[in-house]
Amino acid sequence: MEPAVLTGTHYMTGDEACAEGALAAGCLFFGGYPITPATEVAERMAERLPGVGGVFIQMEDEIAAMASIAGASCAGVKSMTSTSGPGFSLMMENLGLAIVTETPCVVVNVQRAGPSTGLPTQGAQGDMYQARWGSHGHYEIIALAPASAQDIFYQTIRAFNLSEKYRTPVLVMTDEVIGHMSERVVIPRAEEITVFNRPRAKGRKDRFKPFEPGPLGVPPMAIAGEGYNIHVTGLTHDERGYPVMSVDCQREMMARLIGKIQNNLDDIIEVEGYLLDDAEIVLISYGVSARTSRAAADEAREMGCKVGFLRLATVWPFPEKHIRELAQRVKGFITVEINFGQIHREVERAVQGKAPCFLAGHCGGTVISPDAVLDIIRREF
Amino acid sequence: MESAKKGKTQSKQPPRHPLDDWLRTDRMPHIWCPGCGIGTAFSACLSAMAATGLPKENFVMVSGIGCSARGAGYANVDSYHTTHGRAIPFATGLKLANPDLNVVVFSGDGDLFAIGGNHFIHAARRNVDLTVVCVNNYNYGMTGGQVAATTPHLAKTTTTPRGNPENPFNIPLLAFAAGAAYVARWTMLHARDLMDSIEEALKKPGFSFIEVLSPCPINYGRRNKEKALDTLHIYQEQTIIKNGAHPAELEGRQDGKIVLGKFWDVAKPSCNELYEKTCRPDFGKDHAA
Ligand SMILES: Cc1ncc(C[n+]2csc(CCOP(=O)(O)OP(=O)(O)O)c2C)c(N)n1
Ligand code: SF4
Ligand SMILES: [Mg+2]
Repeated sequence: MEPAVLTGTHYMTGDEACAEGALAAGCLFFGGYPITPATEVAERMAERLPGVGGVFIQMEDEIAAMASIAGASCAGVKSMTSTSGPGFSLMMENLGLAIVTETPCVVVNVQRAGPSTGLPTQGAQGDMYQARWGSHGHYEIIALAPASAQDIFYQTIRAFNLSEKYRTPVLVMTDEVIGHMSERVVIPRAEEITVFNRPRAKGRKDRFKPFEPGPLGVPPMAIAGEGYNIHVTGLTHDERGYPVMSVDCQREMMARLIGKIQNNLDDIIEVEGYLLDDAEIVLISYGVSARTSRAAADEAREMGCKVGFLRLATVWPFPEKHIRELAQRVKGFITVEINFGQIHREVERAVQGKAPCFLAGHCGGTVISPDAVLDIIRREF
Repeated sequence: MESAKKGKTQSKQPPRHPLDDWLRTDRMPHIWCPGCGIGTAFSACLSAMAATGLPKENFVMVSGIGCSARGAGYANVDSYHTTHGRAIPFATGLKLANPDLNVVVFSGDGDLFAIGGNHFIHAARRNVDLTVVCVNNYNYGMTGGQVAATTPHLAKTTTTPRGNPENPFNIPLLAFAAGAAYVARWTMLHARDLMDSIEEALKKPGFSFIEVLSPCPINYGRRNKEKALDTLHIYQEQTIIKNGAHPAELEGRQDGKIVLGKFWDVAKPSCNELYEKTCRPDFGKDHAA
């Protein structure tokens, strides 16, 4: 056996740190398909999983990859996949299956510039709405956005923990720059890492209802082979897991699926404030653009402007409350992201006209320079 | 069968069927139409599972989407009704994550060979230890009878109103060529052979494939002048059993007969076994996943 937790100080890429985070969280199954700039996550898992008792498989496509991790999770094993835009598109149907069947798993999207094949080796943040709404139907999703190699290690662990706790797929929405950049990564000792495992079925096997909610609105999970004879379907189902084709059943199922996320926002949402106390202008950002924003805030302070910064480590569910609170007291917002305004729209929605909202956006292919942000500050404030 | 032996509450309860333990009786009646062959194929599958004598809790049934794929919803084992075409990769994840599971994929021809065709050939190539039972009713029953990758040339369906211009797959040949360890074809009328075949497949490591021809009188039969009973007559009179026949020689016989039987049965290491040997030869037996 090799150690799952590589305690120590390392110099590694974001993709590698992502894989190490997954292993530290207890991931023992990876089903994937190669795609730039996410391939290194798969390669690291292929190298590492056999030694820690897990299984790596390169599936025939991303549809199969997503199906395989859902299957592995139903067998009780923490599972993940990693991909980028084109593969993320292919995963959408089975992502919906995992949501509705409450199957924990982690999907990493190392974003590159799209649409379509786009700029395979160059970063972007254009899949943020796809992360939110890419599968059909209305649903809640958890998406995290790491801002460094160290952070991706940590956010990947958090992704597994949230996915297990709420029995839902969790997305790690990183990008090419974070994925490919080598940085210092400190991996703590295993005992220092909090690992959460899904609530498990107990009690009488003949009476167990696989979708009867437990604490937090999350049903304890029976895994294949335990003798509970559960039925799991993507059809609208009742607490027994049986399909029921009625509006009442749809309403009840949807209310719980949405509720288990919406009622636990404080636990799920993580944001980081920087120089916010006296801030008059607030930069909102996530992922690699958080680094642009931090630099821009520092430079603006040197210019004498009271600029602060809110980093969304959780992007979905959207930290609406935090932004609404800031909107009461600041002069304006600038959202910094490598697209033409996806999270910017959410910010506008949360601000509800209480302050002007601007976008420092970009077509993708490179990072946004702090100057682009400073230009907006000079021009608009 | 076990349940019949117990006979505890005979006086009060209605008589029990030998498959009651394997069937979600609380979900009856099922959705299948009168004259449909899926139920017979399904009970052959459940009977085979019971006949193996293997621990019931280790059986898992996985289905895709379609009339046949409703099977998973009626099997009283851990059962997963997944997405259209994706039963096999889901089942692959289950099996690789827990090698002790005995994973049965029960699904339709459209599900396994049109939308799911790619997964089928790769699972066969990898020799994933699954038993795949394909109910072939020559069309997409659930969506109202459209052309499938198995619909005979010139047959009428709602999307081939002038007759099917394309040719169907010879699916046993496909399974054989892709690397399956076990390949058989029966009709649902040959329920006993079918059951024996599935039982054999379940006990066999590696990728086993069994095609079951089955009438869909409502959507296929109706448009091709075949009443349910006519289809059964075809299964009786126009079939020939040739165990060991080469899968390449199944189609296009001069006498027009459909060849049934066990065509292929070889021993080769399964996907799980190969992974262990190749990726962690020194790991020992007790791996966690
Ligand atoms: C992605 C997707 N495409 C299309 C459908 C619609 N659909 C449901 S069942 C089915 C065909 C099923 O045919 P088959 O597998 O042969 O099963 P049968 O009903 O004949 O048993 C289709 C196309 C779907 N559910 N999902
Ligand atoms: S539509 Fe055809 S395949 Fe589906 S249940 Fe009816 S007869 Fe059977
Ligand atoms: Mg069919």
